[in-house]
Amino acid sequence: MSSKIKNTTGPAAPKGEVWVWFTSLGLVLGLSMVLVLFGLILFRGLSYFWPAPVTQIELREDSESALRGMTTFAGVLAKTQQRTERVLAETEEELDEEDAGALEMIPQTFTELHLFIGNRDAYGQSFRYFREDDIVARFYPDNIIRAERRSEGDGIFYPLRLQLDDGTEFDVSDEGFEAALRRVVREARSRRSEINRIERREIGRINLEINDIDLERRYLQRQEALTDSQERWLERLGERLQALQEDFAVHEAEANELRRENQANVLFFERSDGGQGRIAIGDLFRYYYPNQLGFFDRIGVFSIRFWEFVSGYPRDANMSGGIFPAIFGTFVMTLIMSVAVTPFGVIAAIYLREYAKQGPVVRSVRIAVNNLAGVPSIVFGVFGLGFFVYLMGGSIDALFFPRAAEMGTPTFGTGGILWAGLTLALLNLPVVIVATEESVSAVPRGVREGSLACGASKWQTMQRLVIPASLPGILTGMILAMARGAGEVAPLMLVGVVALAPNLPIDGNFPFIHLERKFMHLGFHIYDVGFQSPDSEAAIPTVFATTLVLIGLIVLLNLSAILLRNHIRKRHLGSAF
Amino acid sequence: MTQNRDNPTEISPPGGQQKTPIGQQKLHVEQQPLGDRGNFNADYISFRDYSFYYGATQVLFDINLALPERQVTALIGPSGCGKSTLLRNINRMNDLIDGVRHTGDLLIDGESVYNPYLEVISLRKRIGMVFQKSNPFPKSIYENVIYGLRVAGRRRKSVLDEAVESSLRRAALWDEVKDRLHESAFSLSGGQMQRLCIARAIANNPEIILMDEPCSALDPVATGKIEDLIHELKNDYTIVIVTHNMQQAARVSDRTAFFYLGKLIEYGETERIFMNPENSQTEAYVSGRFG
Ligand SMILES: Nc1ncnc2c1ncn2[C@@H]1O[C@H](COP(=O)(O)OP(=O)(O)OP(=O)(O)O)[C@@H](O)[C@H]1O
Ligand SMILES: [Mg+2]
Repeated sequence: MSSKIKNTTGPAAPKGEVWVWFTSLGLVLGLSMVLVLFGLILFRGLSYFWPAPVTQIELREDSESALRGMTTFAGVLAKTQQRTERVLAETEEELDEEDAGALEMIPQTFTELHLFIGNRDAYGQSFRYFREDDIVARFYPDNIIRAERRSEGDGIFYPLRLQLDDGTEFDVSDEGFEAALRRVVREARSRRSEINRIERREIGRINLEINDIDLERRYLQRQEALTDSQERWLERLGERLQALQEDFAVHEAEANELRRENQANVLFFERSDGGQGRIAIGDLFRYYYPNQLGFFDRIGVFSIRFWEFVSGYPRDANMSGGIFPAIFGTFVMTLIMSVAVTPFGVIAAIYLREYAKQGPVVRSVRIAVNNLAGVPSIVFGVFGLGFFVYLMGGSIDALFFPRAAEMGTPTFGTGGILWAGLTLALLNLPVVIVATEESVSAVPRGVREGSLACGASKWQTMQRLVIPASLPGILTGMILAMARGAGEVAPLMLVGVVALAPNLPIDGNFPFIHLERKFMHLGFHIYDVGFQSPDSEAAIPTVFATTLVLIGLIVLLNLSAILLRNHIRKRHLGSAF
Repeated sequence: MTQNRDNPTEISPPGGQQKTPIGQQKLHVEQQPLGDRGNFNADYISFRDYSFYYGATQVLFDINLALPERQVTALIGPSGCGKSTLLRNINRMNDLIDGVRHTGDLLIDGESVYNPYLEVISLRKRIGMVFQKSNPFPKSIYENVIYGLRVAGRRRKSVLDEAVESSLRRAALWDEVKDRLHESAFSLSGGQMQRLCIARAIANNPEIILMDEPCSALDPVATGKIEDLIHELKNDYTIVIVTHNMQQAARVSDRTAFFYLGKLIEYGETERIFMNPENSQTEAYVSGRFG
């Protein structure tokens, strides 16, 4: 002992201090990676909604960047980049074919502009690279329009004239042009929402009933012999179907009339490349002059676009429009998952920790539960498909919807939001169990003994003291489960997520909550838009925007759970657990 | 003395007696009237040849001890001698620990606490307990006091209010907390918390109160208050208190039992134990010369 002390010369440097530096380095690294990722998503996601100015470029006649002879383009600058490409040396024509190996490749660096040129109907693509040295002129045209259209993405063009269904025409140079255009676009919007209302409410309701009756009729017709009452019933069904179909036709006609009216007004335009075209005002969802907007106008357009994105329905094969059904589906599924996983997890954890006799069995159960967290999520998807969808759903169908199942249109026996929620609940069970066990075991012994000494039973102690005291910990587990569950995609693909769901899982049609329905999900939407769409380049901004919304939703869900937890903690003021 | 500690077998049995066969051993029952408070059962809590084991380790050895009703009995002895174990067996708190076992019997008012027909919950309702470390529940002061009543299913607000006030008054806490009954119990000071735990123990209207070093974490003022309280309470309750503080034992108790290494060494009137102990170890311990 003393010899050790003697050996130390000078002030003793505490051993191991260097590891502190490593830990902080790790923290800084991890944190900066998260921040960079989050910043990227935030920036790219928000710029999707920003009405950036449109620039017009003119190319050299013989340039490589020209597209089918077109040399003038207008678009939004997405990025400028340097690119090095190996190009063939000048001598290539002089060489023989056999000497191909001897061809000389020399690297050449040039600058490229990446433009969003829109007009996918005319150009076949929404984004295009232009080499800077091909560009001879570049400017910001004042009167160019950026138009959000029903399909084919945005259009970027110069308006020419507006033709109204009453025969009047406004040339772009006429004084009344702008007012008239604004008016007809507004009218078209209200007609569209009326059409939506008719289709979603009236026609949707009628369709549901027609489907039910149709199913029953087909079922009855397949029976070999019908009793008298069944015959009469069949007849009544036929009458009802007839009435419904007439009703349907009336609403359909109403909608078609509105659609026709929406096609009557037409805007003629010219693209920057000189090509001309026309668009029905009903297909023109919004337009603005991107180069005339002041900063606050841009904020206005930004907000409206953002709001429509989160509140609107998708269109054009999910490429544009809003993602409300996906947000709603994610939200409802996460809710189902939390509601399912929390009681199960808590009960399991309390049994494991408090009631089960601690021994090798409980220990191995605990290990198994912990390892469950490491099983790939797709395996849970397969299990969910086999157990929930086929076994449980199939049994429910056999018991309650035997006709539909027999006719090949299963109700619960196919993927749906309930099964997806339960599958994810299973996936997250270990998270909740572990968190609950920890917090239950953190409740001090003194509190339990105090309660028992007061004559409380073990269950009363659990219910009145231990569970309330471990609620914050249980909520922490739920928060972790929600964050993981809301972001999970792979298992959902097997148990009920779809790229485009016709109906929301909760709507105004009886019985209002349709947990058997297929649903849309933000994570799957990202996959579908980003990797399954024909124009993947045009999908990138949408992917970022959707990712931003997904992260925002998770943050929101977590924040509310955290607030709830803090509220509970405050009630147990000063408690150490 | 240190020699004795290292070698427990050298300790002579209490009162210089030689070991008597089980069953014939005389209980430490003294048949005197209990002062001016009338005659009470002198054999109220009764350990009979009681031994106790944690797994394979025996921590109590053939205890024969009779605690009188409505008196204060102090359990003293060096750390680890089994005082808490003995105390916690009275309301069967040690049942919670895996692998415990006992031989002999423990009777309260003539009835064995191990009677299989006796529910442990009803037993505990008759016995209040105050722990060394105050353990208020994470609830309001009010809810803390009536916890025992709530779990017993009492709901009438008038009954609960009445119980809160009388228990807090008896615990000498009422004046300090009457305006903040619905605040968290954690907002109290350490001494107040301990008195709250006492109030909680008496709110159930028990027959016995067990106290395991109730003042070990308190300052002299708070300790004084609790000692006064014990004096007050012994009119109605049988109190068993474990303490390391000899002055405290002398001040508050009517009788004192001295334990050493799991054995009862000497038991009797507190005055006699402190003034005129029969056993040399007892003498050494109470005079502070032990070890
Ligand atoms: N849960 C337990 N499991 C095993 N042994 C225990 C347990 N609790 C106590 N013991 C042992 O039993 C013996 C008596 O412990 P006990 O707590 O009764 O002592 P004590 O007299 O209260 O001591 P102190 O004055 O320090 O509180 C000790 O040797 C202790 O190690
Ligand atoms: Mg003790």
